[in-house]
Amino acid sequence: MALPIYASPLERVWYYTFRGICAAIFLFLIAPILVVIPLSFNADSFFTFSKGMLELDPVAYSLKWYDLILTFPDVPTGLPRDAAWWSIVWHHAAWVLAAKNSVIIGFFATIIATVLGTLAALGLSRPDMPYRKAITAILISPMIVPVIIITLGLFFFYSDIEVNKWGVPYLGVILAHATLGIPFVIITVTATLSGFDHSLTRASASLGASPSTTFFKVIMPLITPGMVSGALFAFVTSFDEVVVVLFVGRNDEQTIPRQMWNGIREQISPAILSVATILVVISIGLLASVEILRRRSERLRGMSPQ
Amino acid sequence: MASIEAAGILTTADGRPLKEALAIAQRRAKWRAFWLVAPLLAFILITFVSPILQVLHQSVYNPRFSDNMPGISVWFGSHPVGTVPDEAAYVILVDDLKAAAEAKTVAIAGERVNFARPGSRSLFTKAGRDAKSLMPPLKDSLVALDPAWGDPELWGVMRQVSQAYTIDFFLNALDMRRDKDGHIVAAPVEEQVYVTLFVRTFAMSALITALCLILGYPVAHLLAVLPVRTSNLLMILVLLPFWTSLLVRTTSWIVLLQGQGVVNSILVALGILADNGRLEMINNRMGTTIAMTHILLPFMILPLYSVMRPIPQTYVRAARSLGATSWTAFRRVYFPQTIPGIGAGTLLVFILSVGYYITPALVGGSSGTLISNMIAFHVNKSNNWSLAAALATILLVAILALYWLYDKIVGIDKLKLG
Amino acid sequence: MKKLLILTTALTTAFTLAGVAARADITVVSWGGAYTKSQVEAYHKPFAASTGINVVSVDADNPAPMVKTQEEAGNVTVDVADVEYSDAIRLCDEGMLEKIGIDALPAGADGTAAKDDFLPGAVTDCAVSTIVFSTVYGYDTTKFKDAKPATIADFFDTTKFPGKRGMGKRPKANLEMALMADGVAAADVYKVLGTPEGVGRAFKKLDSIKKDIVWWEAGAQAPQLLADGEVAMTTAYNGRLFSAAITDSKPFATVWDGQVFEYDLFVVPKGAPHKDDAIKFVKFATSTKALADQASWISYGPARKSSSAMVGKFNDGKTDMAQYMPTNPANMKNALASSYEFWVDHDAELNDRFNAWLAAN
Repeated sequence: MALPIYASPLERVWYYTFRGICAAIFLFLIAPILVVIPLSFNADSFFTFSKGMLELDPVAYSLKWYDLILTFPDVPTGLPRDAAWWSIVWHHAAWVLAAKNSVIIGFFATIIATVLGTLAALGLSRPDMPYRKAITAILISPMIVPVIIITLGLFFFYSDIEVNKWGVPYLGVILAHATLGIPFVIITVTATLSGFDHSLTRASASLGASPSTTFFKVIMPLITPGMVSGALFAFVTSFDEVVVVLFVGRNDEQTIPRQMWNGIREQISPAILSVATILVVISIGLLASVEILRRRSERLRGMSPQ
Repeated sequence: MASIEAAGILTTADGRPLKEALAIAQRRAKWRAFWLVAPLLAFILITFVSPILQVLHQSVYNPRFSDNMPGISVWFGSHPVGTVPDEAAYVILVDDLKAAAEAKTVAIAGERVNFARPGSRSLFTKAGRDAKSLMPPLKDSLVALDPAWGDPELWGVMRQVSQAYTIDFFLNALDMRRDKDGHIVAAPVEEQVYVTLFVRTFAMSALITALCLILGYPVAHLLAVLPVRTSNLLMILVLLPFWTSLLVRTTSWIVLLQGQGVVNSILVALGILADNGRLEMINNRMGTTIAMTHILLPFMILPLYSVMRPIPQTYVRAARSLGATSWTAFRRVYFPQTIPGIGAGTLLVFILSVGYYITPALVGGSSGTLISNMIAFHVNKSNNWSLAAALATILLVAILALYWLYDKIVGIDKLKLG
Repeated sequence: MKKLLILTTALTTAFTLAGVAARADITVVSWGGAYTKSQVEAYHKPFAASTGINVVSVDADNPAPMVKTQEEAGNVTVDVADVEYSDAIRLCDEGMLEKIGIDALPAGADGTAAKDDFLPGAVTDCAVSTIVFSTVYGYDTTKFKDAKPATIADFFDTTKFPGKRGMGKRPKANLEMALMADGVAAADVYKVLGTPEGVGRAFKKLDSIKKDIVWWEAGAQAPQLLADGEVAMTTAYNGRLFSAAITDSKPFATVWDGQVFEYDLFVVPKGAPHKDDAIKFVKFATSTKALADQASWISYGPARKSSSAMVGKFNDGKTDMAQYMPTNPANMKNALASSYEFWVDHDAELNDRFNAWLAAN
């Protein structure tokens, strides 16, 4: 949107004001996320930029809060950092245990959500799908209904079926997280199938391909980007989820968000900020992957705007 | 051709009428499509729909009194309202108390009464302890134990709570209750809370939605009119917050807004604020509003952008060339075309903010807490699950109405991410 | 095929990890922060050393509702919980706790039988007290250079002592303190609070500083609010203020006037996954030595007389603990014993009222 040559002076002023406003809004969006990064290297336990930090004095910066992630709550700090020490960290550091739990829960929730969600999206995008609108509305609703209500329901439901006595660790949380992730998979996979030319499958069939060959050779390549980004969404949903874990998770099912929640409520030490920084870095990576996938999908479907 | 038409019926190669064969094929295709969806549908019915139904059930069902005091509950069923309890009723009551004391459930029954009549809990536990040693006539000895047992109000309350299915929790959730005659009345002013909280929840959600729209519209517009390469780059600034953990963003806002936080410190360092005049931006409504606006803004920008992107810029130019001022061109030509996006974004943000729990719990203080925080309180602090369920049901109905509206206006299958 | 292999490997790894994370130890839920730390040092570690049973700590704002929720949901994962007196009574009444009984407890180190060694009322059918703690208020000494707050009334006087106030987000202790600040004698507090007018009076007193109150929920938040400069004074559990002042050298002072003290007790929820080990733990933790040890980590009074006799210095070796104990006569001049009878009955009602009051503008 270059400024047209016929613009009046007032419009010129507005043009730059508008850009300024937008820049301020972008700042509002991004600054809070970036501000935690330098603060997580603060040598003091304050949440403000110390004088030394502003002067880029190396003494004002420190990795001690990252160290605390590895040692909290009772990993000995004085020992040499050898294999034995790392093994203690692996088995005892609260944040490491939480990270392991988060990954396990996220992994299984993602698998369930992706497999079921992709199949359903394939069905929903078929022209002959009966009651498409109603069924879609039901399948998407876990995204719309507030988590606290879903959690309340699961709380009653799980105590009825006594899910924690089934002996499968994390089961309740995994099923709940899969449910929360499913709408994302459906939406992304359906998006890759929108504009899908169903004559492709017919062409493939008429050339003698079996339905499974058609699926793996024709449909899969088209929906893979959507599936993977749906899976990433589902994983992030699980990785970020805290309400369900708080209310229906067992005491030993600490995840990263739950640990953060506890930390924020009791005392925000800068250690929380270093966890936050790590999470921001992870989300940058995830965002990049989804972006690459989206472009790939557009290219595959010949929709690339570039 | 002519011969087939003469026969009047089109047939397939194997001689079946084409219409029939098509119908069979279509039915088969329908089933195939349905079977693909079926596993997920079953999964969602089990892990999502049935829990929600359980919330609905719990909101009208509370058998804690009737299960633990079965005899007297039956007595209430067979004697109309206003019956003065006779000795026989007291005999049944004391039997129930004895049995409940034996089973250690008398306190549970008492607690159910306590929800409606404070102070009843210990009345029940005390009577439970002494029930064994009471001598007939039981009415007199029970009243001698505590005069409250002769109080018609207590009997009125017991009658109400003896019904396992009740709308009382919905009444409570709307700041109403029953008086001793069973009439529905407003709760005393100093105990009214839920209506205030519902109103606050909806008002704050509306405010947050409005802020998101005001902030999101210009940004979405800019992204839509910039060259694709630039706008994709800027889009990262919108998508990164979207992908960042909710708790990280909430933490950031605590760090920014608290008394000794970044914003206040900068303002003090610049001399704008005195050190003892730091702004209170957190643990109140303002903190909740700012943090939630930030968290939900991408949900406004993305639908707006997807509507604005395809609008040809030539429309506005044409309007200008026909003599419209830029304001008129915007108001009359551009803006109307973006209304679907506004509808989608507004509804989405509003729906999401109405049910928010984490952010208000962490930065809301007491004035910024919302109805979902109260639901959480009744689940794991006060253990009044039926009330939690009733509050949740009211919230759910409101959200489903909006969801239905969204579906009507936008179409749920048009929902896009990124 | 290769993909299948990767998936299987991932599955196996994940379940191995799951197995590691879900090792069976006993789970003790307590109030977090400095208090939990004192328990870990005085109870958990010695217990693990002598029995080989590890103890996992879980933090809660208040463990009692957690126990109740788990009991009602039929999903008990807690083995031992640290609760207040009124909650111990309520949970026991509702059949949600295992019986322990005073006779099962070991005699004091000096040979006194448990029933004579524990302070009066410290052991109930289902619960065993560990400590006497108190809700007091503390202030940041750097904020009040000249006149120092000294009475409970000063806490509610924002003209004389300006600044934000931190308070626990629950009616308990707050209402009592409000009445005492309003001139009700400690002995009459529950009599007054038992009447609707008295409740109104307490809320009216709270109203006078409502706009200046910052609410805390977890016990550890209170000293944190003071340390962050978010408040000038805050109510807190006395041990937390002590820890912040002595261990972390914060400039905090404690005002004992108008303190509300009570027992804190260990209970074993009915159906606890490791019931026998849990009861073993409770017996161990409430023995003379463990209770005395705890007092060298935090300033809470032991519930056994034999332990009180052994209380000496803080673990820094120089701070004399006696003056920081709620039960020290110097701190008891205007003190209120929290009434469990009152809170057992009025908890639900006053919580509703309190929530309504909080939500009102």
